[in-house]
Amino acid sequence: MDGSVARRFLLGLAPWVGAVALWYGVRWSGFVNESLIPAPHQVAAKFVELLLKEGLLVDVFASTRRVFLGVMLGIAAAVPVGFLLGWYRPARTFADPMINFFRALPPIALIPLVIVYFGVDEMAKLVILFYASFFAGVIVMYEGVSQITPLYIRVAQTLGAGEFEIFRKVIIPLTVPHILTALRVALGVAWATLVASELIAAQRGLGAMIQNASTYFLLDVIYVGIICIGCIALIMDMILRRISARLLVWQERAVA
Amino acid sequence: MSTASTIHRARFDRVSLEFATPKGTLRVVDDVSYDINDGDFIAVIGPSGCGKTTMMSMLAGFQKPTSGKVLFDGHPVTGPGPERGVIFQEYGVFPWLTVKDNIAFGLKLKANHVPVAERDQICEHYLALMGLSDFANSYPKHLSGGMRQRLAIARAYAVKPQFLLMDEPFGALDAQTRANMQNLLLKVLATEGKTVMLITHSVEEAIYLASRIVVVTARPARIKEIIEVPFAYPRDESLQERPEFGELRSYIRELVMSEYRAQQAQLSPASFSE
Repeated sequence: MDGSVARRFLLGLAPWVGAVALWYGVRWSGFVNESLIPAPHQVAAKFVELLLKEGLLVDVFASTRRVFLGVMLGIAAAVPVGFLLGWYRPARTFADPMINFFRALPPIALIPLVIVYFGVDEMAKLVILFYASFFAGVIVMYEGVSQITPLYIRVAQTLGAGEFEIFRKVIIPLTVPHILTALRVALGVAWATLVASELIAAQRGLGAMIQNASTYFLLDVIYVGIICIGCIALIMDMILRRISARLLVWQERAVA
Repeated sequence: MSTASTIHRARFDRVSLEFATPKGTLRVVDDVSYDINDGDFIAVIGPSGCGKTTMMSMLAGFQKPTSGKVLFDGHPVTGPGPERGVIFQEYGVFPWLTVKDNIAFGLKLKANHVPVAERDQICEHYLALMGLSDFANSYPKHLSGGMRQRLAIARAYAVKPQFLLMDEPFGALDAQTRANMQNLLLKVLATEGKTVMLITHSVEEAIYLASRIVVVTARPARIKEIIEVPFAYPRDESLQERPEFGELRSYIRELVMSEYRAQQAQLSPASFSE
């Protein structure tokens, strides 16, 4: 038991060690100008410096809060909409082209309009993240819900279940896996959109930090920002997977 | 047979059912009439795709006849209900509930009015009867096909329907499990008398289990013949060794095979061009 845990930990660690080794390798190979690639230990030193002197945690908090709120609001709206589209075929026929139209628009392209309509405050950033999460979530929800087989509903009917009981005891349990998948997809999309949303005159936030650093060509700061975004996204995804595994123990392929 | 009390439970009264398809209307069931009396075990047998399941589906309340009437206890069937338990070919056990919660599902519904105190007792009874006690807290993903089918039966039984509709319930099981399930069904029926309508394509299964066999034609399903099975209950597997069983089997098999050949003849090469 202990051996397998240790092995899994090492297996998970190996690619990271490999990535750092590759990073050093590229820097020392001489193919690329050294001043363009800060060494991992320099980035680590910068990380500590930003953490202690520049309030990196404030940026981390600002960005995480935006992503969290954006995803929560986006999914809160995507669940009922995606559910209705998946459940009622006629609704899909008229809403499908619309959804695909808006889904295809990259959030970055909408930034000028968002500034015009929502200003440059927190609200504008949330709108961008909401937009990205909502459309990612809607698609996952309605694809999932439209694949629910009517068999379980028929079974419940023959046992005497009323409309409301069928909704609460059959449809909701069958929808939960799709809500969790929608959350995971939306989280990924929202982190990817974060830097774009913080292009809008953000004071703090990891995206803003990267933007400001690029103005002064502070490559090590950019690296710190990128790694922080990756790490937080990874942690959030791990938490969500834990929750999924707990809620979906019944699934044939449990999310391990 | 129980001719003493012939109470009609279900009645098919000149029932026909048609589907609209792009190629025109397709008649699936054609002018079918028969009664199912209290305590009957009716097996409906015919070539696959002939419309047997559609008949059951109308009595279950999932489909409405195009013409004629499907009556249950004297009233036209308007939808599914707990007094008509259905056991589906695909089992339909709820994967998100444990074995015990699957059985308890119907007991917790408002329509069945089962007091909380009784639920546990009923669950325990059917868990034991179906040999699932050791798996009470397992999820269906850990069960074999035979166990899932036993769970589906237990769940249907728990709400005490007077009438059971079974759509090829053992079709997907291996021969050994199938024989076990048939014996279990006979045993359970002996203790809790119920009226059953079984859809099957197995002649042996129909004779072994049923009190009456309805042989239907290739699509559209019409009644070809209704056969009283002359063997008294309780039955056991030695019945299948008796010469009368063999004779009846040959007779019904010939009826079904002639319909099967008719169906094959309908499938002219032109119909493969779809």
